Amino acid sequence: MPRSALTGTRIRERRMALGLKQADLARTAGISPAYLNLIEHNRRNVSEALLARLAGALAADPAALAEGAESALFEGLREAAAGATAAETPPESDRIEEFVGRFPGWAALLGARQARLAQLERTVETLSDRMAHDPHLSDSLHEVLSAAASVRSTAAILAETEDIDPAWRARFHANIHADSERLAEAAEALVAYLDASAEGETGLSSPQEELEAWLAAKGFHLAALERANPPDPDTVIAGAPELATTAARKLALAHAARYRADALALPLEPFRAALAEHGPDPARLAQVFGVGLPVVFRRLAALPADAGGRPAGLVACDGAGAITFRRPTPGFALPRFGAACPLWPLYQALSRPMAPLRAVVEIAGRGGGRFLAYAFCQPSHPQGFDGPQVLDAWMLILPEPGPAQPGDLAVGSSCRVCPREACAARREPSFLAAPD
Amino acid sequence: MGKRVLLIEDEPNIIEAIGFILARDGWQVATHSEGTEAIEAIRRETPDVVILDVMLPGRSGFDILSEMRADSGLAHLPVLMLTAKGQVKEREAAERAGADRFMTKPFSNAEVLASVRELGGVA
Repeated sequence: MPRSALTGTRIRERRMALGLKQADLARTAGISPAYLNLIEHNRRNVSEALLARLAGALAADPAALAEGAESALFEGLREAAAGATAAETPPESDRIEEFVGRFPGWAALLGARQARLAQLERTVETLSDRMAHDPHLSDSLHEVLSAAASVRSTAAILAETEDIDPAWRARFHANIHADSERLAEAAEALVAYLDASAEGETGLSSPQEELEAWLAAKGFHLAALERANPPDPDTVIAGAPELATTAARKLALAHAARYRADALALPLEPFRAALAEHGPDPARLAQVFGVGLPVVFRRLAALPADAGGRPAGLVACDGAGAITFRRPTPGFALPRFGAACPLWPLYQALSRPMAPLRAVVEIAGRGGGRFLAYAFCQPSHPQGFDGPQVLDAWMLILPEPGPAQPGDLAVGSSCRVCPREACAARREPSFLAAPD
Repeated sequence: MGKRVLLIEDEPNIIEAIGFILARDGWQVATHSEGTEAIEAIRRETPDVVILDVMLPGRSGFDILSEMRADSGLAHLPVLMLTAKGQVKEREAAERAGADRFMTKPFSNAEVLASVRELGGVA
């Protein structure tokens, strides 16, 4: 039976697994059996203090009871609520768990609609941005209009001037000829350009999303490239149904090529052996194999799904902070669009290239968890001394058991849906009220 | 008629076409094809009317027009602006910069001629 996302259901499951009666658990936790029943059926939220008492009585980790495997759905619903305008009736945002529990179908539909809405908004924004700022488009249009102006003006002269000098007539004919060629070429280029880019932006998903769907289907593990003599990256992506657009295939090819290089540098079996010996300590592993930290991070996040272990999450961003790679892990929400939480170790690492960072982070909100994050920013100069410095930052996300400690770094997923009101790095108001 | 027009435009075929129309109408036509020395050209040619393209190599037509309006010797000159984009934004920018008339490409020869005649005070 799939693990429930809901705290109440988990409490109930755990209680029943231990053979405890509702009355007994309720008494131990200091609440009435009727209230416990409401909690178990997800009709009431559980405060942190009460959760700690219930967890104690159930000999369970409070985080394990509270964590949401479907936090993506919760995140989506929070975003939908954040998008509600002042004119609309505000949603009961403190009763999300109850809503999901009572109406899983409606909740899933709302979550899916929100995802689609966010996608469409982004498409519209990209398209109108292009109209305003795309220099190629702008130049093409200018070319077309200039050539058309010349043709129109010259043709009008020829048609309307009665006693035109033969030398002038010949000159104007030649001009029209040249400008018509120009016009035809410019129009063709414009059509080709718009055709090619429409595919990527008005399709159902962005190329990055298609890449992630493909990787998710493969568990982020490309077994074909783990062999001793791995094939060309092209063969791995050929025929993948998730990669519908050219742009997605290009991204997938780049990913596969990098994966292949990583697998050659850190072959699977020796890597697993080292992992068993040293534990998931990226710095140690990097030293043992003589490679950089980003390679180790990627290999840890590309391990095949083993029974029991939770997969490592991995996030990468470029020098502008834009997220370029996403392997989500339950409890650590990675925003789909827009900027993430500025307090992520990923961004701290970005501002300090080559300095490795490690921090225990606590994600704000229901469904969030506690994680050990390693981060590292790799600078490179692909065009040598004359070219720009290109930054590539990576953050590995591993689960960190145990209750929250004072030294934990408090982060969120994105300001808009984060409940941490007093955060120093808050960029925009959250729609959520202060946390309980 | 004896009136002079200075055409500041970088498209050679457009220069030929407009120049032909205006010359036929009795205008003395001078031309200049880029932006960086356009102001010098205006001072040198002493036109009665200026036709100024917005997109010029080296310097934008808006820049040139602003400098003209700031210069006591050139501020009075009537200016017809030509542009390849017709959005409201461009029109407003042209008015703010001080253009007397604004025309988008592709333009009609008859309209250009009529505007130039009007700006030059020709009946």
